[in-house]
This record gives sequence, C-alpha cells and structure tokens, in this order.
Amino acid sequence: MRSPEPTTLPELVAEAQRVLAICNACRYCEGYCPVFPALQRRLEFPAADVHYLANLCHNCGSCLYACQYAPPHEFHVDFPRLLAQVRARTWADYAWPGFLARAFASGGLAASLATAAGLVLVLLAAILASDASALTKAWTDSQGAFYAALPHGAMVAVFAPVFAFALLALGIGVARFWTRLGERGADLVSAPAAAPALGDALSLRHLDGGGEGCTWPDDRPSFARRTFHHLTFYGFVLCFAATATATIYHYALGRHAPYPFWSPPVLLGTAGGLGLVAGPLGLAWLKRRRDPQLADPAQRGMEAGLLALLFLSGATGLGLLALRESAAMGAMLVAHLGVVLALFATMPYGKFVHGFYRLAALARYHLERRRPAASVAPD
Amino acid sequence: MLTEPGRTWDVLVLGGGNAALCAAIAAREAGASVLMLECAPPVYRGGNSRHTRNMRTMHDGPLEVLTDAYPEEEYWQDLLKVTGGLTDERLARMTIRGTASHVPWMKRHGVRFQAPLGGTLHLSRTNAFFLGGGKALVNAYYRAAAALGVSIAYDTEVVDLAFEGPRLAAVTVEHGGERRALRARAVVVAAGGFESNLEWLREAWGPPAENFIVRGTPYNRGRVLKLLLAAGARPVSDATQGHCVAIDARSPRYDGGIVTRVDAVSLGIVVNRDAQRFYDEGEDFWPKRYAIWGRLVAAQPGQIGYALIDAKAMGRFMPPVFPPERAPSLRELAGKLGLDPDALEATVARFNAAVRPGTFDHTVQDDCRTEGLEPPKTHWARALDTPPYYAYPLRPGITFTYLGVAVDEKARMQLDNGKPAANVWAAGEIMAGNILGKGYLAGIGLAIGTTFGRIAGEEAAAHALA
Repeated sequence: MRSPEPTTLPELVAEAQRVLAICNACRYCEGYCPVFPALQRRLEFPAADVHYLANLCHNCGSCLYACQYAPPHEFHVDFPRLLAQVRARTWADYAWPGFLARAFASGGLAASLATAAGLVLVLLAAILASDASALTKAWTDSQGAFYAALPHGAMVAVFAPVFAFALLALGIGVARFWTRLGERGADLVSAPAAAPALGDALSLRHLDGGGEGCTWPDDRPSFARRTFHHLTFYGFVLCFAATATATIYHYALGRHAPYPFWSPPVLLGTAGGLGLVAGPLGLAWLKRRRDPQLADPAQRGMEAGLLALLFLSGATGLGLLALRESAAMGAMLVAHLGVVLALFATMPYGKFVHGFYRLAALARYHLERRRPAASVAPD
Repeated sequence: MLTEPGRTWDVLVLGGGNAALCAAIAAREAGASVLMLECAPPVYRGGNSRHTRNMRTMHDGPLEVLTDAYPEEEYWQDLLKVTGGLTDERLARMTIRGTASHVPWMKRHGVRFQAPLGGTLHLSRTNAFFLGGGKALVNAYYRAAAALGVSIAYDTEVVDLAFEGPRLAAVTVEHGGERRALRARAVVVAAGGFESNLEWLREAWGPPAENFIVRGTPYNRGRVLKLLLAAGARPVSDATQGHCVAIDARSPRYDGGIVTRVDAVSLGIVVNRDAQRFYDEGEDFWPKRYAIWGRLVAAQPGQIGYALIDAKAMGRFMPPVFPPERAPSLRELAGKLGLDPDALEATVARFNAAVRPGTFDHTVQDDCRTEGLEPPKTHWARALDTPPYYAYPLRPGITFTYLGVAVDEKARMQLDNGKPAANVWAAGEIMAGNILGKGYLAGIGLAIGTTFGRIAGEEAAAHALA
C-alpha cells in the first residue's frame, strides 16, 4: 500500500492521503486536537487539504502513541512524522522567491551563512559609517554608547530593508497557502477566524495532548514543551516590544539609546532576552531526548538553526546590556546586530514560518467549523 | 524478574491486556508483589484491548462524558436480548453494577475520557469513550502499573501449568528461547481467547475457518485457555461462539481492528458469490445488527459476501478504510467482483421491483421496504438505480472468542469436578463467556474485563497475603 520511503511533496501527499483514509475510518484520536475533527469533515483529501491538515498539526505526538496502526503495524500509520514532512515541504513550496526555498532543506547551513553575512554586513556598516576604532573603544552611556560605534542611520539602513523583505516574503508565502485552500483573503483577517486562531496560538491551546500535556519528548504526557515554547515565543515578543518601544522613544519622544536599566525598553528587552535564552535551551534539550519516531530527521538542521539564532539573539542582547560601558561593547553590538539580522533574513526560509502557517491553518479551522460539514456518517 | 529463580511471587498475572492490567494494579495496591507476563513484545502489548474504544457503563444520571442515565435494569435487558438468555444473571448484574465505580478508578490510574466519537453519537448515553482509544488506555495502565512497582515481563509466553490437585503450583514460561518455572501464591489468568489460533478455529468451524480474518491481536493464541481446560477447568460457552462481524475482505489477516468495518450494509443489499441475497439488510439499525453479519457471511459459500450500494448511499456511512469497487453499471461491477453479471442483474431487478414507495430516513426505522421478496428488506429499501455502483467485499472478521473458564462472583476459576480452584482467578476474555454466551453488546468486553480484573486482583492479593 505504501510507496517506498516517500520524499517529495507529491509522494508525501499521496502517502498522507492513504493514511488519512485510515484515520478517517478509525477516529479514535478525535479528542486530541483539531486535526482529527478537521479530517473527519472530509471523505476525500485533495493536496491543498493535506497541506492544511499538516500545518494544523502541532506535532504533540499523542496520536502516535495511541495509534493501533503505528509502525511496525503493516498499515504503517506514522502520522505526526508524516505531517511534519509534508509541513516542511509546503513551506518550501509556498515560499517566495522560490529559489530561496532551498534554504529549508539546507539544514543549519542557511542560518550559519546568514549569521556570518549579518556579522560582516553590520561590521562593514559600522566601519563605513564611522570608523573601525570606534568599535574597540569603551563608550559611556552619556556618550551614546551604541550610536557612537554604529550611527543610528546606518543601523536603520541595514535593518529596515531586511525586515521589510522578510515581512513581504512571509506574507506572500502565507497568502499563497491561503489562496490554494480556496479561501478568500478577507476571511483570514475576519474576526470569526482570526480572533480564536490568535487565542489558540497565544495560549498554545493545542499543545496539550487533549488536556494532560503532549507526549513529548516521550510517551509520558508533559507540559515541558509548551512551557519552553512559551518562554521562547514570549521572549521574542518582548524583545520585539522592546525594539518597538525604543523606536517610539527615538522618533516620537526624541530620547535616544542607551536607556537606563529601569526604562521600559530595557526592562522589556531584559525579560525577553532571558526568555530567549531559557526557551531555546529547553527546547533543544527536549529535542535531544525526543522519540526518534516523532521526528523528521531532515528538519533537524533547520530546527537547530532557528533555536541557535534565537538563543544567540537573547544571549548577545543580555551581553550587550552588561558590557555596554566596556571596551567589549563594540564587539557585542556587532555580534548582537549580526545575529538579529540573520534571524530576520532567514525568517521566511526556516522553521520560524511554522507560526504563521499554523496561525493561518487555525484560522481556516475556525472558519470551517462554522460551515456545515460534508455529509459524513450521520448517526 | 524472570531471573530470580528462587522467588515466589504473591501474584502472577498471565496476560497483558485491560483485565490483566486491572488485576495487576489492584493486587499491587493491595500490597502484593506482582509479576505480569505479556506474550507480546512491548509495541504489541495489550491484547485486544489495544483495539477497543469504550466501556459500556451504567449510570443513574449524567456522568463524566455520559449523557442522561443508563440504569442497571436497562443494561441488563440489553444484555439479555443479545445473548438470548445465554448469560449468568448474577455475574452479569455484578459486572453492570461494577461499571459505575470504574470511571473514577480508571481516571485515578491515568485513563482519560472523551465525548463520543464522530459517527458514534448513538452510544453517547451508554458507552464511555477513552481519549485516544484502547491503546491509550493500555499505555496509561502500563505507566500506572510500573509506577506502583508491578514487574512486567514482555515476550514471555506461558507454555505449561502444573496443577497439584486444585492448586496451580508452577507456571512454566518461555522467554528468549529459554524455559523457566515461576512460582506464585496466587495466579490471575487474563490471557484472552484463541481467535488468532487458526488451527483451533479450524477445529471449531471446519474448513470455513480458512476464510476468517482475525480482526484482533495476533497474540491471542489461547495457550493458557487450552492448558486450563486440559487441567480440568470447567468450560463455559463453546468454541464457535464469539464476536464476529463482517469486515472488508481485503483486510490484513490479523490486527486490522476498527477500520476494517463496513457500515454500508443497511443502505444497500448484500449478495453472496452466487449473486443471491441471503438476509434482511434493513432488519434494525446497523449498530444493533453489525455483530450478526460475521456469522451470516460465514454461513455463505466461500465465506464471502458483497455489500452493494448505488450513488445515493455514498457519504451516508462511516468511510471504510479501503476504497470500494466502482463501476458505471451493475454488469461491469459484477465483472470486477467476479460475479455472474446476469445473476447479479436479475437479483437487483427483483429487489428493485419489490421496493415499495416510502420516505427514506436513515435515522429512524423508516417505511422503505420490500414486498413479496424473500428475504425481505424491511427498512431503508431503495432501488439500486443510480450509477455509479459501489461494492465492498465482506468476510467474517473474528474479534474475540467466548469459549472460556467458569468463575464465581469472586472471579475464582471453577473446576470440572464442581470445586473452585485453590489459587486461580480469571478475568477478561478468558471468562467473558460466563456473561456473554453468544451475541455482542458494544463496550461489554471492557466492562467484563475491568470488573473481573479488579476483583481477581484484589482476591488474589488477599489470598496471597493471608
């Protein structure tokens, strides 16, 4: 029944169609997460719907351990791994521009190259905008520390285009996914879809294995993964908020960095930085212990790349805070900005995109729930 | 565990499914040292419990995920009806009453419940569904048992039971090609039936058994049951009784489980290999009738049947795992199925001509029926006239067998000489025949296994520690 080791997206979709027919006839996992109620609305699974279900899956693993047809059973229902494989390939499939999608499969290489490029770019910007010796001197806060080494204008000139491009590329990818589902663009941001989807995402409601915690990294239910994911996600959000607040300070209030420790931008950044250090460390630790049956080994590099960039963003940010009045400030600044630049540059072409596709899939789920189901098995 | 030669265990539990786990947990909680022997490897542990999904549960008001009430008397009447009286009222009522207390006990040991699954709303009042199904239940119990300090030996098959009079003195097991004799003060036998022992099925059913598909675990070979019967245990029910449903003929020989069922029968007609109908497909709601179709198909030549529907029926039943055969005409469908096209056309023409006009409604016993046709179709009879036509081939699917050992209300195994065994208790499928002499009621297996598993564990522990 099963084609030998499916690898391409069409092969994986075909394998998923085979497995989904088994799940639809079984239905034991219905209580675990939205994937099952969503699949049970259907009698057939066109490719776009397989993409949708794959992105709806949080890889909590509960259904694998509950599955009476999991390998070595001849039905070979390897559901979470299969959906993970489909998922990663849909991201590459929908990515814009297409040639950069190769980064998804490159493992940690993309993240490393981007980091190196980011470092060089920030260093070059600093040298061109002021001079290299400014990077190795100790500046006091009153002298403007960061901007003394790398003027504000140069910083914006490097970051704004990368940030804007990342947003554009992410937007196009998700829009392609959404359109392929046959949904209207306006529905994605409509209240009945977006509000509950956002609620699910912010609470990681479905990373709970149906209530007791997901079976991660092994068959014992635990909330460890949700906790570390929350630390990572909210760490990122706080850091983002710190930067946004600082931008308001800079342009609206005319108050320039560095800000005192007890100021909102620094407090937000410090809390966020701690989250970005602890969260990715915890997730990496869990991943190391993860049941190999749940993992798509091809994604290990991509996952490690994102965790490393997030961790380094947090760690260098905290380092910069601690050393901002020392001679190491310049080096820390280049390191921090270089890593953050790499994080944004690789954002549309790595594991980071999962959040956006998941959000869109959840929005679809909530839209669909309001529609009458196809006629499947009335009681 | 197996390598402690001199050790005498308080309680040995033979088996690794729901009843065995309930017994092991109950015995361990009562203070006994417990060794469980599971003949399957860890990935296939749990016997047929892996394939279950709910427990029929008595309740006097809304309980957990159960709606309304399902009182003892109604439960008993349901059981009485399906068994045609082949049951032991005392043990049956004990089982029924026991179920009320199981839900909190199960939750305490990590089992979680969920609302009834899609397509099973008709069971929302009577059956408590496990979140994730039977394998999730089995996993939860194994975790609970291990946490309590129950020792578990996998890949360990019982090959001999040495009785000294009414006392089971030693249990010989085989593990990794080596044999060892284990000693225990008390033994719980919860090792299931013999549905995956094709030789035994042939003995009971004759040549038709060749065409049976084993829907459940391949590990229930009935070795313990056979040893017990040979040692003088009193048998209950008989070797041809069991839970046998009509499943897709393309299912794997073993372990196909729930997905191999075909729920299209009441929406169309079923013919045998001679393209002849043989039973009223619309006798009652499918959930109440699916359990008789295994035996009906087993009685047909070649043990095969074909459920035929037309386009009108598509999407009105739970999607089966295998796609149907499909053709634009009955002749072509007959060709694909290897049936005589003329005979099939004639059968369908006769059926269509006998269908009386009515208002089709699959949710009630409607007035769509045939007239002057033998056998009749008494509800949901609509002419097969809208192409494409679809067919699902059917074979008898053995889920579990009822031949077992007799027990009393303390789950103690009874001997043929009228006396109880001195230190043997039985639980689960190996004694289900006491209550289920024939027929089947959804979720009754788990009810019997949990009730008698808990009792057997407690009684065995009390005996061992006395």
